[in-house]
Amino acid sequence: MVAASSRKRKGKIRWSKLYSFAACFRPLTSKERLAARELIGQPGFSRVVFCNEPHLHKRKPYKYPYNYISTTKYNVLTFLPRALFEQFRRVANFYFLLAAIFSLFSLAPFSRASLIAPLVFVVGISMLKEAVEDWHRFLQDLDVNNRTVKTHISNGVFVDKLWKELRVGDVVKVNKGEYFPSDLLLLSSGNEDGVCYVETMNLDGETNLKIKRCLEASLCLNEDEEFSKFKATVHCEDPNPNLYTFVGNIEFEKESYPLSPSQLLLRDSKLRNTDYIYGVVIFSGHDTKAVRNSTRSPSKRSRIERKMDHIIYILFSMLVLVSLVSSFGSLLYLRQDMVDWWYLQLPDDNKVNDPSKPVQSAGLQFIRALILYGYLIPISLYVSIEVVKVLQTMLINKDIELYDDVTCKSVQARTSNLNEELGQVEMILSDKTGTLTCNQMEFRKCSIAGVSYGGDITEVDLAASMRMNADFEPFEFSIDETDGATRSFEPFEFSVSSFSAQNGNARLTKTEGPVIKGFNFRDDRLTNENWIHGSNLFDITMFFRVMALCHTGIPLEDDNHKMDKLSYEAESPEEVSFLIASQEFGFQFCRRTQSLMVLREFDPSSMKEVEREYKLLNLLEFSSSRKRMSVIVSNEDGQIFLLCKGADSIIFDRLADNGRAYEQATTMHLSSYAEDGLRTLAFAYRTIEAAEYESWNTIFTQAKATIGPEREELLEQASETIEKDLILLGVVAVEDKLQKGVPECIDKLAQAGLKIWLLTGDKRETAINIGFACSLLRQDMKQFHLSLSRDAESNNQVKDMKEDILQQIESSYKMVCEERNKEAPFGLVIDGKALEIALRGDVKDEFLQLAVNCASVICCRVSPKQKALITRLVKQYTGKTTLAIGDGANDVGMIQEADIGVGISGMEGMQAVMASDFSLPQFRFLERLLIVHGHWCYQRISKMVLYFVYKNVAFGLTLFYYELYTSFSGEVLYDDWYMTMFNVMLTSLPVIALGVLEQDVSSDICLQFPALYQQGPRNVHFSWSRIIGWILNGVVSSLVIFLANIYILSPTAMRENGFVADIDSLGATTYTCIIWTVNCQIALITSHFTWIQHLSIWGSILLWYIFLLVYGALPPNFSGNAFQVLVEGIGPAPLYWMITVLVVVVSLLPYFIHIVIQRSYFPMDDHIIQEMEQCYKKYDVRDNEMWVREQRNSQRSTRIGFSARVDAKILSFNQQLQQKKLSIYRSVTNSPIYRSITTSPFS
Amino acid sequence: MDTDRERHRARETAFYLFTQQSLPACKPVLTPGWVIAIFLFMGVIFIPVGLITLRASHCVVEIVDRYDIDCVPEPSRMDKVSYIQDDSIPKNCSHFMKVHKYMKAPIYIYYQLDNYYQNHRRYVKSRSDKQLLDGQKYHDTSSCQPVESNNNRPIVPCGLIAWSLFNDTFEFIREGAELKVNRKNIAWKSDRGHKFGKNVYPFNFQNGTLIGGGKLNPEIPLSDQEDLIVWMRTSALPSFRKLYGRIEEDLDVDDVVVVNLMNNYNTYSFGGKKKLVLSTSSWLGGKNDFLGHACVFVGCSSLTLAIIFMLLHVKYRRPYGDMSYLPWNRKSFSG
Repeated sequence: MVAASSRKRKGKIRWSKLYSFAACFRPLTSKERLAARELIGQPGFSRVVFCNEPHLHKRKPYKYPYNYISTTKYNVLTFLPRALFEQFRRVANFYFLLAAIFSLFSLAPFSRASLIAPLVFVVGISMLKEAVEDWHRFLQDLDVNNRTVKTHISNGVFVDKLWKELRVGDVVKVNKGEYFPSDLLLLSSGNEDGVCYVETMNLDGETNLKIKRCLEASLCLNEDEEFSKFKATVHCEDPNPNLYTFVGNIEFEKESYPLSPSQLLLRDSKLRNTDYIYGVVIFSGHDTKAVRNSTRSPSKRSRIERKMDHIIYILFSMLVLVSLVSSFGSLLYLRQDMVDWWYLQLPDDNKVNDPSKPVQSAGLQFIRALILYGYLIPISLYVSIEVVKVLQTMLINKDIELYDDVTCKSVQARTSNLNEELGQVEMILSDKTGTLTCNQMEFRKCSIAGVSYGGDITEVDLAASMRMNADFEPFEFSIDETDGATRSFEPFEFSVSSFSAQNGNARLTKTEGPVIKGFNFRDDRLTNENWIHGSNLFDITMFFRVMALCHTGIPLEDDNHKMDKLSYEAESPEEVSFLIASQEFGFQFCRRTQSLMVLREFDPSSMKEVEREYKLLNLLEFSSSRKRMSVIVSNEDGQIFLLCKGADSIIFDRLADNGRAYEQATTMHLSSYAEDGLRTLAFAYRTIEAAEYESWNTIFTQAKATIGPEREELLEQASETIEKDLILLGVVAVEDKLQKGVPECIDKLAQAGLKIWLLTGDKRETAINIGFACSLLRQDMKQFHLSLSRDAESNNQVKDMKEDILQQIESSYKMVCEERNKEAPFGLVIDGKALEIALRGDVKDEFLQLAVNCASVICCRVSPKQKALITRLVKQYTGKTTLAIGDGANDVGMIQEADIGVGISGMEGMQAVMASDFSLPQFRFLERLLIVHGHWCYQRISKMVLYFVYKNVAFGLTLFYYELYTSFSGEVLYDDWYMTMFNVMLTSLPVIALGVLEQDVSSDICLQFPALYQQGPRNVHFSWSRIIGWILNGVVSSLVIFLANIYILSPTAMRENGFVADIDSLGATTYTCIIWTVNCQIALITSHFTWIQHLSIWGSILLWYIFLLVYGALPPNFSGNAFQVLVEGIGPAPLYWMITVLVVVVSLLPYFIHIVIQRSYFPMDDHIIQEMEQCYKKYDVRDNEMWVREQRNSQRSTRIGFSARVDAKILSFNQQLQQKKLSIYRSVTNSPIYRSITTSPFS
Repeated sequence: MDTDRERHRARETAFYLFTQQSLPACKPVLTPGWVIAIFLFMGVIFIPVGLITLRASHCVVEIVDRYDIDCVPEPSRMDKVSYIQDDSIPKNCSHFMKVHKYMKAPIYIYYQLDNYYQNHRRYVKSRSDKQLLDGQKYHDTSSCQPVESNNNRPIVPCGLIAWSLFNDTFEFIREGAELKVNRKNIAWKSDRGHKFGKNVYPFNFQNGTLIGGGKLNPEIPLSDQEDLIVWMRTSALPSFRKLYGRIEEDLDVDDVVVVNLMNNYNTYSFGGKKKLVLSTSSWLGGKNDFLGHACVFVGCSSLTLAIIFMLLHVKYRRPYGDMSYLPWNRKSFSG
């Protein structure tokens, strides 16, 4: 209901845009007025604002918050408790906290420092990271809060005031191009009629300017001085997140006036086309609708991290298991044997070994074992990952390829949690305006009187022909050598080369002349007044007149511009581009009054510019149902014309029989334009006899005067009667200009196997155009359009609508299922209203099933909330990683809901960026971000986590095995400090180096083979089989290490001088083996060795010896039993060094054999590409023929994107060729050409 | 000046390369050739090394003699614990050890205890390194529980380990002449020099009601009590040898060595075995074939693997960098 009413209001706003007919503006109906009055004062509508008296709002009950906005997670007081709480919510951290607490008692097998220090270190670093991230958020807030706005203090004096100091009741003056600091009530504007234009792109993503209009009562308040005595009281609704409703009234000079949303200026929207406005603050800070609409950004965790939790649980179960074994074992020993071990003098005081109470002792042993085997839980995993991710983030941020020269911004990873998630994205949900497009229309092509101007070939044709040429050349060469039969190929060759020739010309002319914004049209037949030589002069001039007259724009009086070229403002950017184009063609629209439009026309007969006035008789406005707009004008001769522009289907329906001269040619052009993703509009006109006009005008004026619901219907009927028997002039094609590199980027992403959904607030036609322009849709694709049928919609019965949609979905799905060709692509286009139904509980499964089976999905006219809802449902339904990308505040919901939210930072609005996890200056950077960095990060993090698991299992289990030999007493084989050093220093650097620098293949090759990206979504590197494999590998390594040491070192002497290995020698030797093994293992994992990796791996091993040396050299008070262990104990023993070598080799052997077999006989994609890289190192990746071929092969299976379209095109070319071949075959069956064709690449 | 600047620039570019992740790198790729070479190399290295170690191990002559049961007189064998605990019964006992192979001096004498958990946590912790170094100057002996003090006076050396000192003694007679046993330098030099005090004398030791193992001569400083020092280097496993001394004369084949021993130490209550071991040593230490066998085994397996991979490579050769294995060239691949 709310949505419906808001739409109605929007309709009204649209109507009001025709400000030249200000009289048309319909005031509130008395009914609505009554409703508003009744609501005021009720719960939910109790807010009172004393305008211009902000001091009254300092005390209760009118105390409202300041305009201060905070998006931080913590403040100074809450930081410590909340951040600590967050940290210890991680199971592993909590476990180590408990271990640290236990270490305060004598029960623990380790010293206190060695348990507490790592924990403090780990938690400290994580908290530091939190603090830094929150600090950045705080700085951003500060930036917003410290913007200034002119605020009234007293006696009509306005001074600059910080946004955050603004209070409810303040009167502010906002200038053109500034953002509104809070929700304002519009009092008056720089325009005399109290109208102002507002850009709400940040709120709803709509690019059209919205009109806001003040009350007539406050119209006079348009000077600073007027505010010295201004006082008014506003009663209105309480703060709420509804952007399109506002109920209230204002008491001003003892009169009460109702307020409507058209008086409310929302925070985060921007003043446009208006010099200044005065307004009073109604909602401030967190009460504003924009802020109420935003939700706190949830902390997101990547898939790998969530899976990591499960790994931790597995390790925990292992821990509990071995602890249970230990405690049970100790119970057995305690019961049976230990009583007799007189040398222990049992029972001891701390009850751990009490034969009389074996169960209690076993319980205590269990706790001790839990702490002892804690090395199974990789405590430093989290901190290492944090460090690695921060470094990865830094590398992403510093990547010069992700730097945009134009905006001087680069990609920013705003959270470091999701780096590896970038490598697993399967679905991209993209906003349109500002994300894919730059919200700028360009006049590209037109077809006038059946002749197309501005180039014929589409980009797709061009690319297809280029590629076929490339394939063709070697072939052609071979034919040349055989005989002169080449001629027979000429037709085809010609068609191909003519494309490129034309293209070359187009390119050439493109570089000439100054670049005019909104006008990207080069055709010498039309520009520079060359059109006068055209054959259909009348039609051409009429065409230009339609372009120059049929619109609602106004020329801007801007001193900065040269006099002869004007710039324009209009309701939609495409109208602006028409006006600019017509100006370029010599039909400059230079003035408009209430009823007059003035054109400066180039007159072909006199070859001079003349100024002509056209009387604007009627304006039949554009609406989404009519899909056309017309003006009725009379020229200086008194001739009356109806000039009409509109969607082609609508216009073609209304053509007169004699007006269809160009229909066929135009239709052809239309489809070629549409396939290029250009937005097309058809132009038509008719002449109206004065008498006919008079009679029609009376009907129309009557309809206009009607008040009530039937008014619009009457108007439409009236329009219908005059907009007929049109004469077709032609069509224009404007390009909704895509951002740089968008089609290429989408192409690459599609090749990488990603699905791209377009979610836009724009209308269906625009969305479809962009779908074509981005190659998300193509002509040979089956499209399903889901929308509510008119009947269902008018009934407004949810049940009917549901059935309607369900039926459409089911029939579409049937088609998908019945389609034999598995590769056949489907496109789904759905609009907001249908979506609202389709996303309801019982329909959504069917809908999502259909949507998931379509190659591309376009949702148009969706609200921000729906965007978020779709994102959530897709995420839940498919269970796939979704990435949402957008630029405005309307995308915030979707950005927050998606697994990864990406904001475009190129535009001014910051909301999307603030809510996002990554911010890009341009959409095209997504390609590199995902395909290169995502791929790398995914590989790195998964390798790193697996290695961590391996490392800790390999180390931790040796502790357990040793327990078997110590009657489960809890004795540790290694010195405390060895153990502390293990995760902190001896094995941490290589794994960090791996996590930061590992590259399976170089970035160039990642981009060349986007299909490699599929490793992430398919999760080949972090599958359960891999995880289990690595755990097993760890178990094997630990067994080898431990058993080899035990059997080699015991019980005989280990040195020539007869010394036997004691506990410390055995410990140090075993530990050496562990250090070597885990560090060599990481060397086996690493496929990319820079000096950093070498240094960290071999340095870590060296560091162990250095540590052992230094630690052993410390006085025995510090080093304890490790005193001189290397120098005097194990160092001189050859056995020690031999064990190391043997153990390292044997413990790595299983893994080595595994990778050898895998590489040789079951190679993965990256393995082969690595080999290719090695093989063909000397060639440049881009030029090498083999590369190019493989690259193409890798692209073959994509269904959307530019390449797919090119492929489809080539297919159709090939079919043509096939026919040609047949004819050749028939004519020259015996010639050698026959043989060469059959071996040609086309066959 | 200039070189400084250059160096600065070089650092800058290195940093730049780092941030662009384009540092020069070597990317080793495991090719069949490499694999076979690695396995061959391992085989070639490990087999000789294994053979050498085996030979070294075989050169070592070792005589093991279990004496804990034989040294209990027949009548007491039913209740060995009370025998060993009864101070009134003389514990001396003689044993014969036959040398089956020529043993070159030095011959190391070990005693070996089995099923003796010197690595029990309670046992291992029950010592005070500070007290061992500083004697009574160091007062805190809480770590020595439960043998920290007696009659309110601290025990030096305190703790379970010292208290349970092994106290069997051995004398060796060959052909009627006593073999000289060198009992010096059997402990680590660093232990003697830095961990056991030169001016620390046993005090109040084995004065309690419970007497564990051997007694110490209170006249000799701890640094010279090498038996104690050796004993206090706790063993890693429940079956262990400890150095007792060295015979610095060669023993010939078929020499019979008579061992006169004092069977004092109680292993009977927990069923531990006591053995006497005479062993020579090689550069690798004592007699232990495990390392040699392991090396030979690894070497042989490597060679076998090398051959297997060679055969596989010949038979099912996957061309290096073959594109047909790429996912998009495989038939099953779908977008």
